[in-house]
Amino acid sequence: MIAILDYGSGNIRSAQRACEKTGAEVVITSDFKTALAADGLVIPGVGAFGACMKGLRAVRGEELIKERLELGRKILGICVGMQVFFAESDELFNGERTSGVGIFPQKVEKLSAPVLPHIGWSEIESKNNSGSFADLNGERFYFVHSYAVKSEVSEAANINCNYGDNFIAAIETDLITATQFHPEKSGDAGLKLINNWVASL
Amino acid sequence: MSLATRIIPCLDVSNGRVVKGINFKNLVDAGNPVEMARVYSEEGADEITFLDISASVENRKTTLDVVSATADEVFIPLTVGGGISSASDVDQLLRAGADKISVNTAAINNPNLINEISDRFGAQVLVISIDAKRGRTESGFEVTTHGGRNSTGIDTFKWIEQAISRGAGEILLNSMDMDGTRAGYDLELIRRVREISSVPVIASGGAGDLDDFGKAIESGADALLAASVFHFGIYRISDIKRDLSRKGFTVRQSSTLGEN
Repeated sequence: MIAILDYGSGNIRSAQRACEKTGAEVVITSDFKTALAADGLVIPGVGAFGACMKGLRAVRGEELIKERLELGRKILGICVGMQVFFAESDELFNGERTSGVGIFPQKVEKLSAPVLPHIGWSEIESKNNSGSFADLNGERFYFVHSYAVKSEVSEAANINCNYGDNFIAAIETDLITATQFHPEKSGDAGLKLINNWVASL
Repeated sequence: MSLATRIIPCLDVSNGRVVKGINFKNLVDAGNPVEMARVYSEEGADEITFLDISASVENRKTTLDVVSATADEVFIPLTVGGGISSASDVDQLLRAGADKISVNTAAINNPNLINEISDRFGAQVLVISIDAKRGRTESGFEVTTHGGRNSTGIDTFKWIEQAISRGAGEILLNSMDMDGTRAGYDLELIRRVREISSVPVIASGGAGDLDDFGKAIESGADALLAASVFHFGIYRISDIKRDLSRKGFTVRQSSTLGEN
């Protein structure tokens, strides 16, 4: 069973349907126990980093992430749902910086490009042809964001992209898969990624 | 690794049905927006836009069902515009499965709506749609409403700057001078808006010929929206992408991955 964490963040219907397309049973939940018990947990996220962290904390999301990792259970973070794994973001929320869950020490920074947000389909570069990103090197995925992790995440496999800056399009460890882009909105390439992830559960 | 220029078909939807549209051979029901969106997605559309032209509130409920049914089947971004006048309208559409919403007249009547939507849902969900027409305002381009029939006296460039500073994530730039002419996008308008816009600009209005798309990209469009060239079957999205690619423009080619 796959749980999609509902913490008040935008369109989660597409993530649900994309996961269901793999044949998996999918529930949308904000219940701690259900989300903890699921084989895979999807953490979506759109909007401001600070607003997402606030929503995540309201459903004990930090605790949930840490407990799942201790129990060896996989998590897929999407867009701001990727960013929350990091230490903090430069994106101000009500005039203040917000700290993230801090599984990784890097921070989320503003992209430097003449046109922001970065909206549209960009190619990813994946050196490891394995895990969720198997056969996806060079595919285009749909991005909508102004902030991203720019420094290498030495704790994980890094999937790279460029828009004005080089930035980290996605990361993967044994338990964490996190994408700055939206696989649930990236057509066949995105469905392939979700399929790969679900198959790994 | 550059960003691909997006090609976006726009469907006018009223009462849950597509208003314009031809019968593609692989389309069971040309009036069914879900079917149309699916076909466009298969042909390589980078996003889909629904413009809800329903007259009544009851009919707008039907639109929510159409949005849900589309989001259930089509895994590319979906923008919905038309008749959105409050943050709660936005909330309903996002919950139904829309990724972005576009606002036009309601933002002109109440510019604070831009702040309200952007603060609550993020700038990335908000497309400000502008019907620009040559007129007597400072820049020579005036903001109009009601399909170009009503003048507002507002200058297009000042309005764009204001909309961006209030939190617009994208500008959908409709040329009322070129709309429906199929004589090409308004390249002067695109070029001048590109100079002042810090957010992506989606050009709309006037596409009629294969060459029109490349010219609009050269003028600075980040994405190209079209309706009639697709609906009337003049070109398929795949024709446009193939032509752009041949001319050296960056577009997203259909994935080689095939069906999952």
